[in-house]
Amino acid sequence: MNTPNTTKPFVMTLVTGMSLLVVALLLFGYRSSSEAPGTVSVAGEAPAAFAPHDGGIYLPEIRGKEVAQLTAAPNVPPPIARDYATRVVVDLEMVEATAELADGVEYNVWTFGGEVPGTFIRVREGDLVEFHLQNHPDNTFPHNIDLHAVTGTGGGAEASLVVPGKEADFEFRAIKPGLYVYHCAMAPVGMHIANGMYGLILVEPKEGLPPVDREFYVMQSEFYTTGAMGEKGFQGFDIEKAVREEPEYVVFNGRVGALTGAGALAAKPGETVRLFVGNGGPNLTSSFHVIGEVFDTVYGEGGTLANQHNVQTTVVPPGGSAMVQFKIDVPGKYTLVDHAIFRAFNKGAIGILNVEGEENPEIYAGQTVLKDYLPEGSQRGTN
Amino acid sequence: MRYVLASLVLLGFLVLPLCAMAQPAVPEGMVRVEGGTYTPLYRGVLSDGIQQVEAFYLDARPVTNADFLAFVTAHPEWRRSQVKTLFAEVDYLEHWAGDLDLGDPSLAERPVVNVSWFAANAYAAWQGKRLPTVAEWEYAAAAGRSRPDGHAEGGFAQRILQEYGRRPATARLHVGAGEPNYWGVYDLHGLVWEWVYDFNSALVTGESRNNTDLDTGLYCGSASLGASDFMDYAAFLRFALRSSLEARYTMRNVGFRLAAFIPAYASRHP
Repeated sequence: MNTPNTTKPFVMTLVTGMSLLVVALLLFGYRSSSEAPGTVSVAGEAPAAFAPHDGGIYLPEIRGKEVAQLTAAPNVPPPIARDYATRVVVDLEMVEATAELADGVEYNVWTFGGEVPGTFIRVREGDLVEFHLQNHPDNTFPHNIDLHAVTGTGGGAEASLVVPGKEADFEFRAIKPGLYVYHCAMAPVGMHIANGMYGLILVEPKEGLPPVDREFYVMQSEFYTTGAMGEKGFQGFDIEKAVREEPEYVVFNGRVGALTGAGALAAKPGETVRLFVGNGGPNLTSSFHVIGEVFDTVYGEGGTLANQHNVQTTVVPPGGSAMVQFKIDVPGKYTLVDHAIFRAFNKGAIGILNVEGEENPEIYAGQTVLKDYLPEGSQRGTN
Repeated sequence: MRYVLASLVLLGFLVLPLCAMAQPAVPEGMVRVEGGTYTPLYRGVLSDGIQQVEAFYLDARPVTNADFLAFVTAHPEWRRSQVKTLFAEVDYLEHWAGDLDLGDPSLAERPVVNVSWFAANAYAAWQGKRLPTVAEWEYAAAAGRSRPDGHAEGGFAQRILQEYGRRPATARLHVGAGEPNYWGVYDLHGLVWEWVYDFNSALVTGESRNNTDLDTGLYCGSASLGASDFMDYAAFLRFALRSSLEARYTMRNVGFRLAAFIPAYASRHP
């Protein structure tokens, strides 16, 4: 039985609910159900600061032909000097081989160009790329390639499937400038990538990148071995760990210590350094940081907009990249890390950039005093 | 009484051979694989995902170079210098020293490779047998050491994956060097890839232009669409390899073994 005490709140709730509903309907408007999902009707014009890239592409006439200069990490081919588009021939051979992941740890890697990470490819916006993908006859598995720079089915994967002993040629226009990952896309793709089949292709914008003194190629990736990190001997691929996204190794340039010791990068004080940073994954996102330095400019996600300045740590997703630039002000040992720090400390995600030269005490004075410290109120000789 | 005994003995001598005829001997070098069901990695559009496999005979070991030498000796049209390019590529039997000369004697007991599907079929016909189908091969290969379903034995798929990755490529090993599986078959994993009769149908699930359930491009992540077991990477590797082949391809680590039908009455009365 409804007493006046319960009826009134009930009616109030009903009225409030209906008012909110009416307000919501008015705010969100009435949507026509006949529009395709995803259709956006824009009222008015967006402010210039947010004007989107219109997707227009640069398709110049192709003049001549040249063979791409390819390099192995950490080296990068020199900046493109020409100011016209050309036919660029890229010869890329896939080789399955046994490599060292760490001291005494052997693993069968599948590679583009014989090493992990794969060869660095550098072309110019508008170029016509003639890609020759070769599968060495001593290999066991079929492979293909998906270049994220390619606009077209599979990023080239559909056109490039080859068994050992075969070559597939395909062509694409590099219409989108930026720094792109490429990788094998053969089933089961996670295993092909986890075994080392990734690299970077740079499509320089037609006006070129701002000049710097040094450029380096750094690619982070993980390895999922049957044995624990550091366990010596031959290691196989562990699918369970890969699916759980729990790698034993997280490394730069294909193995523990690739960028340390004899492999460390080098630069001089006063030089500008650009790092082309890729992440082959297959699973983990990198929090890329250089200890002791701040990135002056970051091209986030490897795009063509220098979208941030003065960055400590930048995000590099698996299957993605970033370009970072910084001017070296003081000499020292700069450490490249994935700042998800256990990966750097325990799994191998460490690299070194050695800078030797004149000290610059105005920027970094180093240690000035080292002395005893006792909290206030303490007395010597008492506990 | 003696006559009764003698008649019984005589009858026995007549009946026993008849019994043997009713249960045919397994051909030499083959084993009998009993019928059963298996779940293919990619199911056909019209199927419910379970495939019935009838009992069949399967070679215990892949065909060796010595076996193949006997074949080309009897069939000159399949010798290296004679074979038509329509049926085999230019590196057909390139690892032999000559048409009828293996060269390295250790090749005799190693699986024959650098043979096309056409050559494998011709060999099968010469033996009065055939290539196994994908279903038969996968069904036999699904067996572990002690039971027809190897997946019930822990770590089965991971062990096979390990064997596939070995380098240098394992075609250099002798046939029969490892352990046989439940059916008594050797070398289904980790020696050479093997031709099967319907290798081209491995990834086809319907008319490719109409098929909306499966991206027949099957690269990157889309290869998992419609797959029955996302974790069976060894199966993915085999299916990927088979669907990349063409019948005239000759490859350094693709060989084959034979299967045969069991005579009709025997498969109904085991």
